[in-house]
Amino acid sequence: MLSIKNLHASVEGNEILKGINLEAKAGEVHAIMGPNGSGKSTLAQVLAGHEDYEVTEGSVTYLGKDLLELGADDRACEGIFLAFQYPVEIPGVSTSYFLKAAVNSVRRYRKEEELDAVQFLTLAKEKMKALDMDPSFLHRSVNEGFSGGEKKKNEIFQMAVLDPKLAILDETDSGLDIDALRVVADGVNSLRSPDRTMIVVTHYQRLLDYIVPDFVHVLSEGKIVKSGDKNLAHQLEDEGYSWLRSHAEAR
Amino acid sequence: MTTQTKTAAAPPKQDILDQYDAFRAGAASASDWLAPVREDAIARFREQGIPTQKWEDYRFTNLAPIARTKFRHASTYKQPDGIAEIAARMKFAKETAVELVFGNGRLMQTNGGEALPAGVIVMSLAEAMKSHTDLVKQHLAKVAKLDSAPMAALNTAFIEDGLFVYVPKGVHVEKPVHAIFVTDSGDGKAGAADSGAERLVSHPRTLIVLGESAEARVYETFTSRKGDAFWSNPVTEVVVGENARLEHLRFQDESGEAFHTGTIEATQGRSSWFTTYSFAFGCRITRNDVNLALLGEGIESDLDGLYIGADEQLIDHHTFVYHREPNCESREFYKGILGDKATGVFSGKILVHQKAQKTDAKQTNRNLLLSDSANVHTKPQLEIFADDVKCTHGATIGQIDANSLFYLKTRGIDEVTARSLLIYAFAGEVVERVSFPPMRERLQNLLYDRLPNGDELRGLGE
Repeated sequence: MLSIKNLHASVEGNEILKGINLEAKAGEVHAIMGPNGSGKSTLAQVLAGHEDYEVTEGSVTYLGKDLLELGADDRACEGIFLAFQYPVEIPGVSTSYFLKAAVNSVRRYRKEEELDAVQFLTLAKEKMKALDMDPSFLHRSVNEGFSGGEKKKNEIFQMAVLDPKLAILDETDSGLDIDALRVVADGVNSLRSPDRTMIVVTHYQRLLDYIVPDFVHVLSEGKIVKSGDKNLAHQLEDEGYSWLRSHAEAR
Repeated sequence: MTTQTKTAAAPPKQDILDQYDAFRAGAASASDWLAPVREDAIARFREQGIPTQKWEDYRFTNLAPIARTKFRHASTYKQPDGIAEIAARMKFAKETAVELVFGNGRLMQTNGGEALPAGVIVMSLAEAMKSHTDLVKQHLAKVAKLDSAPMAALNTAFIEDGLFVYVPKGVHVEKPVHAIFVTDSGDGKAGAADSGAERLVSHPRTLIVLGESAEARVYETFTSRKGDAFWSNPVTEVVVGENARLEHLRFQDESGEAFHTGTIEATQGRSSWFTTYSFAFGCRITRNDVNLALLGEGIESDLDGLYIGADEQLIDHHTFVYHREPNCESREFYKGILGDKATGVFSGKILVHQKAQKTDAKQTNRNLLLSDSANVHTKPQLEIFADDVKCTHGATIGQIDANSLFYLKTRGIDEVTARSLLIYAFAGEVVERVSFPPMRERLQNLLYDRLPNGDELRGLGE
């Protein structure tokens, strides 16, 4: 599904990613952990196509295509979805309007027939029900005045509607209380499938109790310094990130 | 109403002054009582002339193209045939509104007036001056101030016709009253207004009077054919009685070659609510003055605006809100979208009298620049003489938010559509406040027409 080789990326001349290697197959859930400033969010943004980041070296292949050749919109149409750490508020655009634009844009790209208002509403309501969301969400402006939990829920809702092949969740857990976390995690788990790959970026091990990953990678100073199974997350929980420093020094 | 620091004497418009005598002679018989009002007004205009940029209130608004163009009063033109057709585009579906069509300032058609509640008067001002003389006399030219307001003075000197709305005490007018002002010089390929040729000038006058606890919506549309060059100079006087509620709207979508200088002068009585919208989408030069006096306690006022400029358009809004009594709330919310080499100007003045304690005045002006050559001048002016008040103002000038754009793109929406969607949303925040759905739809459609990939967005709203 996704193959990242020796990926280097900079923003305004500062190199943030310094040689990332990652292979993810269909159906797998990969967790990316690491301290602040390790480059976790940058990796998520680079994969989604943020233009502020310049890829200086390396390659990213997604379903056999050179991902770095594609703009953010085309990546989305190809099935990549980024759940934002800080979802953007868009006053004046209702969630239904926005999401209908997105769904039909993606469908057009894939040469599928566009959904009409009724078909879209049926789809949206079905996904909202699964996430225990109030249908009134659809009429509210995108993320405007939403609580932190509502914003994150809205990200997962969009993901459910857009049905991506590769979902990247950027700190979807941060700022959530335990109840909101459970709802969001349940939503994510319901979307796990053998056809879908997920990359879960998180600072805290707590999320991984709910979304149990197949692989855990630890990112430090722009590189993956350790990879393992879900037990690695527990080790991090027990020892914190401080061992990374000694690890880095030891190298 | 606004104070003017020493103004440099501007050249009087001799072409207009020359026509005044002939006009007055023709108009005299209809309304003798108005003669001294006209005389006073033309004297005021003679003193002030067309403002130059030396006037503080016109610093960014160059009216020289108006000053150097020769104008001829609309009443001397033969009514062109195309007016009904131009007006038809702006009409709402039958029976949803009471509509009047004015051609070059004079009434041409009325529809739906028979459905109005008893006692409500909706008619042409010319007719009202004859049939309801006392009522008109009581209010006409009493609200609009002529100091430092040469455009309003000029309009007053040439009062002839326009819209008259009267709603008596306690009456609620369900359907909006919609006046369509078409300006048409009969020349659709006029070219630049100041190219040397003589141009049409029209001074429509609107008077809206709401009695105690009355309720109404009054909308004014200003339109023309594309490419026509003229000057429209309307004045709307509004008297909102105690505890009355009025939603007023001006929608201006005139030719890109035209000049528009508009004035709204309103007073509000105790516990009343008044909102006035300005949607300014057209013209080479637009200057709108909105002056509001809150003359009782417990008043609420909303002044909302949306201006959209392209090419080398100039769109200027000057608002003035006078808080004279305690416990009133005024909110101003103006947004501008400027592309190409367009210029936007917003100046919002709030004056709080010493005894107007507990005043809550809020002013917001947000601008979206779509090109590097577009520019905006925004200036709040607060003069507060009471000590227990809440006055806030905020102005922003920005470009399309890169984060929002990225967010939309990560959902599969292409750049052009994403930009249009964000512009639409920016404008929508004002549009969605309008209470009459067909008016909202008209404004939304106009936005879709102007935006790249707008048709695609239009489909989403359904």
